[in-house]
Amino acid sequence: MSLPVFLILFLISSFALAFVFRAGLSRALPHNQAIIARDMPLTAAFGIMVIAVYLFVAIFAPLLAPFAEREVVGSQFQPWGGAHPLGTDRLGRDMLSRLIYGARNTVGIAFATTALAFVVGAFLGIWAALRGGWLDQVLSRFVDALMAIPSLIFSLLLLTIFGTSVLTLILVIAAVDATRVYRISRSVAQGIVVMDYIEAARLRGEGTWYLIRHEILPNALAPLVAEFGLRFCFVFLTISSLSFLGLGIKPPMADWGSMVRDNATLITFGDITPLLPAGAIALLTVAVNFVVDWQLHRASGLKE
Amino acid sequence: MTDTPLLSIRDLYIEGRAGEAWLPIIKGVDLTLHRGEVLGLIGESGAGKSTLGLAAMGYARDGCRISGGEIIFDGIDLRRASERAKRKLRGQRIAYVAQSAAASFNPAHKLIDQYAEAPLFHDVMTRAQAQSDAVKLYDKMRLPNPAEIGFRYPHQVSGGQLQRAMTAMAMACRPDLIIFDEPTTALDVTTQIEVLAAIRDIVRQFDTSAIYITHDLAVVAQMADRIKILLRGEQVEEADTRTMLAAPREAYTKSLWAVRSFARAQQPAATQAPIVSVQGVTAAYGKTTVLHDISFDIHAGRTVAVVGESGSGKSTTARVITGLLPPAAGEVLLDGKALPPDYRARSRAQLRQCQMIYQMADTALNPKLPLREIIGRPAEMYLGLKGRALRDRVRALLDMIELEPDAYIDRLPGELSGGQKQRIGIARALAADPRLIICDEVTSALDQIVQEGILRLLDKLQGEFRLAYMFITHDLATVRAIADDVVVMQHGAIVEQGTKAQMFAPPHAPYTELLLSSVPEMDPDWLSNLLAARQSPN
Repeated sequence: MSLPVFLILFLISSFALAFVFRAGLSRALPHNQAIIARDMPLTAAFGIMVIAVYLFVAIFAPLLAPFAEREVVGSQFQPWGGAHPLGTDRLGRDMLSRLIYGARNTVGIAFATTALAFVVGAFLGIWAALRGGWLDQVLSRFVDALMAIPSLIFSLLLLTIFGTSVLTLILVIAAVDATRVYRISRSVAQGIVVMDYIEAARLRGEGTWYLIRHEILPNALAPLVAEFGLRFCFVFLTISSLSFLGLGIKPPMADWGSMVRDNATLITFGDITPLLPAGAIALLTVAVNFVVDWQLHRASGLKE
Repeated sequence: MTDTPLLSIRDLYIEGRAGEAWLPIIKGVDLTLHRGEVLGLIGESGAGKSTLGLAAMGYARDGCRISGGEIIFDGIDLRRASERAKRKLRGQRIAYVAQSAAASFNPAHKLIDQYAEAPLFHDVMTRAQAQSDAVKLYDKMRLPNPAEIGFRYPHQVSGGQLQRAMTAMAMACRPDLIIFDEPTTALDVTTQIEVLAAIRDIVRQFDTSAIYITHDLAVVAQMADRIKILLRGEQVEEADTRTMLAAPREAYTKSLWAVRSFARAQQPAATQAPIVSVQGVTAAYGKTTVLHDISFDIHAGRTVAVVGESGSGKSTTARVITGLLPPAAGEVLLDGKALPPDYRARSRAQLRQCQMIYQMADTALNPKLPLREIIGRPAEMYLGLKGRALRDRVRALLDMIELEPDAYIDRLPGELSGGQKQRIGIARALAADPRLIICDEVTSALDQIVQEGILRLLDKLQGEFRLAYMFITHDLATVRAIADDVVVMQHGAIVEQGTKAQMFAPPHAPYTELLLSSVPEMDPDWLSNLLAARQSPN
């Protein structure tokens, strides 16, 4: 099958799937969410569908994968077909199983990292906007100083100091990313804290936590969710580049970024296997951005 | 007046897009305007006044379309005319004056350059001609220093002057028709008078036809020869001004007329000690002193109206009382005891006593919280209500503000009308069970009928709970309706204070006199009489 035909078929079938998925969603959900589901564009439905599939694969990896993650099951670089539908890799491990486990590792770590970056960054950013004064100055100048250092070099430095376990990887990338999240949530919150309803809540004697949780966060959520999607993709790329430099996810663990590098030699033989993990990253990135675009559109529409 | 009208609109339909459907905004309105005639268009917001005004230029806003009827301007069918033909008319033969001159001028260009734009575009004058003409019109609009004012930028002149410069600009090509869309709504009463007088003179001098859109009846009574009343895109009635004022036919028109008749019963003089007493307060933003030695008392069950034009320090006084702006000197007493100047230092019990209702209900209610939480939160915080008791309290509060609890308790503020939002603001203040409520221009963003409803509600609640109100407003009609005591402020100082009876009976302080005489009355001769009285030296 020639490539253009394959691409066209892929596009048509994914839109058809998205359409069916959206229709199903608006049936299954309770009334309020059903309206949102019905009005969402097909791209967003496609994005949500892809993300759902990835989550499913990541959660049920041990049940779905035909072989174990690190087990050498055959000779090196076997072609597609037979017991190994996508062949084997440089060490003779099953490619399909590693792709499935890779979803768990790469997506899981990226998600944990982004979530941590957002909890810390958003909380500090909103807090700084709310309190203002010296607290805002101290936090913001500190963040400015951190942002002045190129992020990749800074994470390399931190990883060299603290070692490269999965936990330190998450903490280091989250720390670097939290500075960006801090900036955006501070500026969003600054627009909100001048509203009369915040003044009313302050005059009522509300504490900082209530103000952040109930008065500011719900109004800042749309831009933050959009930023979350973008950051999520950036974290992928960061992990991949760190893996490439040997400081990311350590070898026996399956990781899409390092899988591309490990099997890159196959490209010279006209085999597209090394592109599969790259394609998995690309597809998720596109899907996440579809959902993000939709969220941004909804947020701007609600402001009027 | 010739037999062929200048503008004739027949059976006009305009629709606006709502999602995928089109909803009607104007439903079959006829309109006839003769040369030299001024037609007043009245209606609440959302009645379709502005849409109809724009349609007179053959224009529909983005998301709207003219779907039926005909618009004929001096023999030209504007619905069939090409965009180029319409552009030739606009600015030259039909001009438009918008509500907010500040938002309509380009801040980056001088007034006179913007004046010259239309004459140059239509090739009716050279730049030099346009500029000398501008000076002439500025003079006619009674702008101070007409030879030089045009060389200023929009931010360098006051709001009232800007509105007059805009009217002069609309006159630049001596159009046959001008559409005024609420030109004085955003102005103080004292400024409004000058703009009204200038507009009326210039329209008469050049024998221009005009459509004057407003929601203020007293204003339109001064300006228009005929009045047309719109309600939800349909005409209610139309008659010449004097007939309409003397004998309105339709029930809706009568209800519009009756709004200003609301006045609350006279309260007995205060005998007890005041709840809140402001004593010798001086306050400043940075180095600029904005309040000078303010002192007044607020008693239980009584309403103190604080009156003055914008910038007179009314809202700043409220900020001092609530503790948002600690004063530089003086203090605020609650039940005879000094309150901590900063709200953060006040106890919950002290904060509870004094609640606030804001001018813009849109920004005063968190758009992402349901009414249940907006109203319930103060009750939960101050009174410690939980679960069922809290829900019952919220329902009782919704009942008090005359909204059906079951229908509203789970709504978001975005699902309410302006007047309903303001009612929620009131409920939130009430939920704290306060003794003083500060109302900061609570009715000035609302239509008159809705205003009246809010005032009646506030009055009813005051009677029920013996609340004290501090009512900040620039509208003397509101003061007349609800105040017991009046404080008049100008430039951050109190000019005069006393009971309502004292304030509305002569002798007045000069500034109070100016304020009082500037409030438009329904009498169509009021403006002429007032101007005559002010000009004659007495």
